[in-house]
Amino acid sequence: MLSKKQARAFFLGGTVVTFLIFIGLTVYSLSKAQDQTNYENITEQVVRGKDLWDTNNCMGCHTLLGEGGYYAPELTKVIDRRGEGYIKAVLMTPNPWEPNGRKMVAYGFSEEEAQDLIAFFDWIGKIDLNGFETVVSPLAKDKN
Amino acid sequence: MKYKSQKVAYWFFALSMLLFVLQLVYGFIMGFAHAGFDGLHDIIPFNTAKAVHLNLLVVWLLSGFMGAAYYIIPEEAQHELVSVKLAYVQLISLALVGVAAIIGFHFNIWEGRKFLEIPRGLDYLVVVNVLLFLGIILTTLIKGKRRTTTALVLTMGLFFAALLYLPGMLPFDSQVMDSFFRWWVVHLWVEGVWELIMGGILSFLLIKLTGVDREVIEKWLYVIVGLTFLSGVLGTGHHYYYIGVNKIWLIVGGIFSALEPLAFLAMALFAVNMYRKGEKKHPNKIALFWTLGAAIVSFVGAGLLGFAHTLPQTNLYTHGTLVTAMHGHLAFWGAYAMIVLAIISYALPNLTGRKLYDGARGRAAFWLSNIGMVGMTVAFGVAGVAQVYLERIMKLEFMEVQKMIEVHFYVLILCATVFLTGIVLYIIDFVKYGQPTDEALEIKN
Repeated sequence: MLSKKQARAFFLGGTVVTFLIFIGLTVYSLSKAQDQTNYENITEQVVRGKDLWDTNNCMGCHTLLGEGGYYAPELTKVIDRRGEGYIKAVLMTPNPWEPNGRKMVAYGFSEEEAQDLIAFFDWIGKIDLNGFETVVSPLAKDKN
Repeated sequence: MKYKSQKVAYWFFALSMLLFVLQLVYGFIMGFAHAGFDGLHDIIPFNTAKAVHLNLLVVWLLSGFMGAAYYIIPEEAQHELVSVKLAYVQLISLALVGVAAIIGFHFNIWEGRKFLEIPRGLDYLVVVNVLLFLGIILTTLIKGKRRTTTALVLTMGLFFAALLYLPGMLPFDSQVMDSFFRWWVVHLWVEGVWELIMGGILSFLLIKLTGVDREVIEKWLYVIVGLTFLSGVLGTGHHYYYIGVNKIWLIVGGIFSALEPLAFLAMALFAVNMYRKGEKKHPNKIALFWTLGAAIVSFVGAGLLGFAHTLPQTNLYTHGTLVTAMHGHLAFWGAYAMIVLAIISYALPNLTGRKLYDGARGRAAFWLSNIGMVGMTVAFGVAGVAQVYLERIMKLEFMEVQKMIEVHFYVLILCATVFLTGIVLYIIDFVKYGQPTDEALEIKN
């Protein structure tokens, strides 16, 4: 029968081994050779766009890379889907935006801020998502 | 209670209950918005309600865990807490940081990172607060007469939970990196170190409630937390399938996520077996309900429903849909909310000297909250599956689908009302117990 000492060894040993493998896999998958994100294309404008995305908690309603609030549309391929003009109008309007009756906060972004967010979405849209990009709705329409 | 300083736990539990109720209020705001009634949009838009709902969950659970530690550690270490005054300072600062963050969310002051919305400045205060907490707990343990496995596992859980908060504070230019390390916090908390905390509390409760030998319970505790880490750490990979990192995570995450239910199954079997084995019939049946309930519901919510969408083939379609909300609600409820309610149910009669655990209200609270939560889970599940089918297979527009699944949110609100009724009954009992008193101290032989 298993002793308490053996049980502790199982816990400590198993934990150390899996953590080491996890860290190894993290280093491997984040290495430059394995990059699927076009990291070199992250410009200052993309970073400013990401800051706007973060500081306004857009993720609280929308999803991006499939992560977020499930209340408003997925924005991973939003540029392909809607085009820059539409997105700019949504971002810059001072009036409350209410597509299909669901309200979005009227952020009234400046021209420059809207461009920053578009650059961010553009960078996001080109990431290799291991097949998710062909499924996530409704951009998949054009891919099939 | 056995030590005067354990009384401080009561106030952490009280803060916990207060924030829990507030969390439910924001949950209703979101439920109504999903059902098409977003009258509060101008004051509390959905992203504010969401940030408040998630962060209140984290803070009330943490407050509950801290209260549990302040209750359990003196008894396990056989030593008074080293400083009750500092524990109160820690309580007040925790409440202040929590309230400041929540108020900030209403004024667009946050970081848009799900579960970690607290702005960076306040993050540092959280770190100071948690360090103070750990300082009190660790010093008490060191000065204590006894070092038990239960206390060790609970403290390890709290220590690593604090440590794992740090990767969430790293700044990144890349959204993918940001997301990657956000999961180091969120996943490794809920499917890793928080389970140590849960395991520690569960073990303490089983020792007290069943009378089974400590050595037996603690041996199995090691096996269970061992299984948790063995599956949970590499199971983090299921968050990395489709966020823009290497495909290796599809294999690693897929295999280890499939093992995660086993850890929860082991926990459920452990709790039920210890109960069966126990000869002691502790009169506090309601604490036993919550304890066994936590072990069983966490298996269903975290284990089974988690597995329902962590296979890469399934997750390709369910990633980023309401299916996640289905799993999230029952998992957090079973694993963490119920274990906090269990330790409160056990500790209150001992802290206050009032034995109100025989009443019908306590049982009604247990059953109504659980039935309500199961109903909510089903409503989220049906809405989620319909969303996956309509949006990702039939390729309808997002908002078209949202309109179609609105009806499921009526059901959700109905079930949430049953759930809320249960929680209100629980809190009525909490209030009726009154405040802790020195008269409740057990006289030592």
